[in-house]
Amino acid sequence: MPERKSRIAEFIERHEKDLLAAWLERQLVSVASRRDLINEVDLREQSRQFLRLVREAAASGGGDDIQAPRWEAVRELLASISQTRARQGCTPSETAMFVFSLKEPLFTLLRRELGGDGAAIADETWAATVLIDRLGLYTTEVFQKGREEVIARQQHEVLELSTPVVQLWEGVLGLPLIGTLDSARTQVVMQSLLERIVESGARIAVIDITGVPTVDTLVAQHLLKTVAAARLMGADCIISGIRPQIAQTVVHLGLDLTTVITKATLADAFAVALRRVGLAVVRSSPPRA
Amino acid sequence: MAVARTEKLPIQTSEDIVRVRQAVRSWAVELGFNLVDQTKIVTAASELARNTLVHGGGGTVELESLVEAARRGLRLSFADQGPGMADVEQALKDGFTTGGGLGLGLGGAKRLSNEFEIRSQPGAGTVVRISRWK
Amino acid sequence: MERIPILKMGPMLLVSIQVDMHDQLALTLQDDLTERIVKTRARGVLIDISSLEVVDSFIGRMLGNMAAMSRVLDAETVVVGMRPAVAITLVELGMSLAGVRTALSVERAMEMLQVATADGLRTPDEGMDGGRAD
Repeated sequence: MPERKSRIAEFIERHEKDLLAAWLERQLVSVASRRDLINEVDLREQSRQFLRLVREAAASGGGDDIQAPRWEAVRELLASISQTRARQGCTPSETAMFVFSLKEPLFTLLRRELGGDGAAIADETWAATVLIDRLGLYTTEVFQKGREEVIARQQHEVLELSTPVVQLWEGVLGLPLIGTLDSARTQVVMQSLLERIVESGARIAVIDITGVPTVDTLVAQHLLKTVAAARLMGADCIISGIRPQIAQTVVHLGLDLTTVITKATLADAFAVALRRVGLAVVRSSPPRA
Repeated sequence: MAVARTEKLPIQTSEDIVRVRQAVRSWAVELGFNLVDQTKIVTAASELARNTLVHGGGGTVELESLVEAARRGLRLSFADQGPGMADVEQALKDGFTTGGGLGLGLGGAKRLSNEFEIRSQPGAGTVVRISRWK
Repeated sequence: MERIPILKMGPMLLVSIQVDMHDQLALTLQDDLTERIVKTRARGVLIDISSLEVVDSFIGRMLGNMAAMSRVLDAETVVVGMRPAVAITLVELGMSLAGVRTALSVERAMEMLQVATADGLRTPDEGMDGGRAD
């Protein structure tokens, strides 16, 4: 698509100081500027830099594809402003208004410069609108991406916290699973169990699914694969806490659990585990009152 | 989807199989695969490289790093000019072997990969292509 | 020619695989091991694979063969130190390594081998730590 031959750069250069002043005045009056969060000195500096970089980018070849390399400095400045303002507590719309509020003073300037040439005014105004819209939307995209990164990091942290592997006794590990298991989470959990088995040299791991409401085929397969992998490494697994509904699901899905030791309760599984490692619990004195 | 980088390696000796494993490992590490995914694709490559040598009479493997929207991948293409397979589906079944092996190579490589493609005709050689995405 | 070293420790033989083996090296190891078992009248074999990052179906089969051949020669084998990523991959590959006993550590493997050899008719050349465990 042929890039617009716009004269925006030329107009801005000729009246940069006035344009900046008019724009700032507009911003300082607007509620969206969040004067409570952003001080005037910073606002002036951000606006001055933005205008200068836009002029330079627009001058170096025209066109409004802001993803092109010549707009990189502008993008970087907008990204930095967007991130700072997000941290300060501005909404994405408020940050976008920083860019959009340039329209009014810029259009006023264009009308003045192009006098009675209606067609020229319409063309340049359109070019300016397209450019400013894109720059404004870019700040929103940066904000969005920032949020997504935060969410991803928090999800990861939740995942780590919700899959604790505990040592029930010397040589016996326990993995109490709580909540709904999805395929991704199950894989992470199972890998971390296998790593703990290596680290601790535990010979038995009890995987307790009392806190898991449902198990589907994929999750069941992951569990079975983990048991098989543990056995390959030299450790055995016992699956405990199988509720009646899960037992039914297992049978309906036709899963083969004949090679896996399963117990209804964690207590039963623990007793089996102790026997396996050659330990016995003996009453040495009457229970205290 | 774009191919960012390629490398072609010969598979003519059993030492070549080791070299292929090492090359695939190094590419997988560079692409940022986690340890389990690295191990899976290196193992799949080992199976397919051996097939190429033992059944295909030798051949080549091409490694390609792929870029698609937000994700990156590693694609391996094993090619030989050997006798080819008359019944590909049968060859994919676990336990089927014509070479005295365990018969887990093709099916195993498929299970260890995200994508699997095979083209083989009697007398026209074989091409097996696997990919793993990050 | 390079070979995987086999060390004698009392009635046991210790094989520590620390390199990415090419097929020929693996086959040579199988031969060397059976010869050493006979020569030293070993009762136990400990194969340490803790350095192996990849175990494909060929190496897996080799481990199975070594365990089976040793048993025929009245020696028990324990494979030690399989890495989680390797175990996960072997399961996906479909290898069960049935007939191969495994342990997480050398200590555990020794315990297992002592129990196994204690039931045999032959007495060890030199006791590991006192010979039979009672």
